[in-house]
Amino acid sequence: MAQFQRKTSQKIREGLIEGLLFVSALFSVVITLSILGILAYESYGFFAEVSFWEFITERTWTPLFSNPKFGILPLVMGTLLTTVIAVTVALPLGLVTAIYLSEYAPHRAREILKPVLELLAAVPTVVYGYFALLFLTPILQMFIPDLSGFNALSPGIIMGIMIIPYVSSVSEDAMAAVPMQIREGSYAMGATKFQTAFKVLIPAAFSGIAAAFIIGISRAIGETMVVAIAAGGQPNFTVNPLEPVQTLTAYIVAVSLGDVPFGTIEYKTIFAAGITLFFMTLGFNILGFWLRKRIREAY
Amino acid sequence: MNDLKQRIAYNKRWDTAFMIAGLLSTLVGFFLLTALMIDLFMDGAERLSYTFLTSFPSRFPEKAGILSAWVGSFLVLLVTVFAAIPIGIAAGIYLEEYARKNWITNFIELNIVNLAGVPSIVYGLLAVGMFVQIMKLGESILTGGLTLGLLILPMVIMATRESIRAIPTMIREASYATGATKWQTVRWHILPYSMGGILTGIIIGLSRAIGETAPIITVGALTFIAFLPTSPISYEFPFFSVKWFMDPFTVVPIQMFNWVSRPQQAFQVNAAAAGIILMVMTLLMNGIAIYIRYRFRKRIKW
Repeated sequence: MAQFQRKTSQKIREGLIEGLLFVSALFSVVITLSILGILAYESYGFFAEVSFWEFITERTWTPLFSNPKFGILPLVMGTLLTTVIAVTVALPLGLVTAIYLSEYAPHRAREILKPVLELLAAVPTVVYGYFALLFLTPILQMFIPDLSGFNALSPGIIMGIMIIPYVSSVSEDAMAAVPMQIREGSYAMGATKFQTAFKVLIPAAFSGIAAAFIIGISRAIGETMVVAIAAGGQPNFTVNPLEPVQTLTAYIVAVSLGDVPFGTIEYKTIFAAGITLFFMTLGFNILGFWLRKRIREAY
Repeated sequence: MNDLKQRIAYNKRWDTAFMIAGLLSTLVGFFLLTALMIDLFMDGAERLSYTFLTSFPSRFPEKAGILSAWVGSFLVLLVTVFAAIPIGIAAGIYLEEYARKNWITNFIELNIVNLAGVPSIVYGLLAVGMFVQIMKLGESILTGGLTLGLLILPMVIMATRESIRAIPTMIREASYATGATKWQTVRWHILPYSMGGILTGIIIGLSRAIGETAPIITVGALTFIAFLPTSPISYEFPFFSVKWFMDPFTVVPIQMFNWVSRPQQAFQVNAAAAGIILMVMTLLMNGIAIYIRYRFRKRIKW
């Protein structure tokens, strides 16, 4: 009898613990819903005052002026411009790094190089911002005299180097998932490592590498401090990397630094910028997740 | 025959060339980090001193210090630790050990991956709307710490899962065979064996949190704070106080950002000095994480 009772109480305890753990896991869903809820609620207030059509077609963003214009395009352009520069740097370097680490590097070199590479993603972004503004920009100005003190190019390059570890580690996982026989088959045909990597491994690991690229892009879109410090503060509808630009993220920072009263239209603009940013990254994140799931199922 | 030899030589040259290119591009990051450290030290080493660590911010760059900033960073991190770690580990355990394969689990997994990719500044917006506006926590240390807690939660969950996944099934089976329940198995076997990986993940998450600037700016941390939060230790019963939860604060990266944004050259020296301190903290924490990972990997062999 006593044993029976003990069993029941143990069962209740097990059930309670499982419930508690489940609630913790579900908490992450609550966070996402809260993000969506808050962004939607505050942007709803924004779109009650500004037409959605103006928001997506107007080419000027001057919400703090006496004659305000609310066109998100300059901020989206700024974000895309810095992202394209970052990705141009990060994709080739990240992919070549991944191939080197997974196919060429001796074991010991790998053990040392990988943690160093991961450090790149660990450096505080405000430090990168300092470096872009006060080190890289002056150096670039020696070669490009037209480069203004604040510009899209220098923070773009720094962001690109910063996201190399994201690109390379996911690509590396993807290539490691390609079975050894496929490599051996290629070597048996007399192919060099270089030929194997480019003609066999990259095609075989393609969806994983694509996922790596997408994760890199999503990181670059959301990066804040580097561009807030080194890219300038004027919303600028341009594709010229030598000019100052403002990104969605940098705009949110700029407004948050000032003392904008809650509930005003200026306050709501940061949520409108935020929801734009959220959906841009959400699309890339889901695409990346789906592609990564495919590599696991491929072999 | 000669043609073939030429062909092979050509292929081999390309192979070697690519190997060098690979090594170089792997080292790009290393060069950048070195340049960054040298640049910071050349700009900021002159300002590093005991008084820099023990002075409040000031209008005069030579007198300005980061006392309120590093105390703020420390207290914010303390809140982050208590907010993120229990929930993160619990969620990780659930997903690896308990979750059935169904759509809810799939949905939670997709959701965590997405959360890990949400830009940090969006967490800042969430915090303004949720903690400051709805929950009325104010622009306080508590708000800052909870915000960073949410930010590193996905990292803690993913580190926990990865670490648990590395434990072979036979360990669980052995535990069940002795009559242990699921929770007993988790409590006495799974958790202790995966602690190394979990700790590594937590420390890396915290090193990310310590350098995080954007969400804290959105939350409304001040840049000029010339006082310290209420002390957590009090001389009366019960000898500790949580008043500091509600105090306004600043953190080291924000102080650095503030100094970088000023036009005067002298303040940029301060920014570099604050940057050195941030870098040292980040490198130290990452070093500890790498060491722990190495130690645990050596100790446990299945």
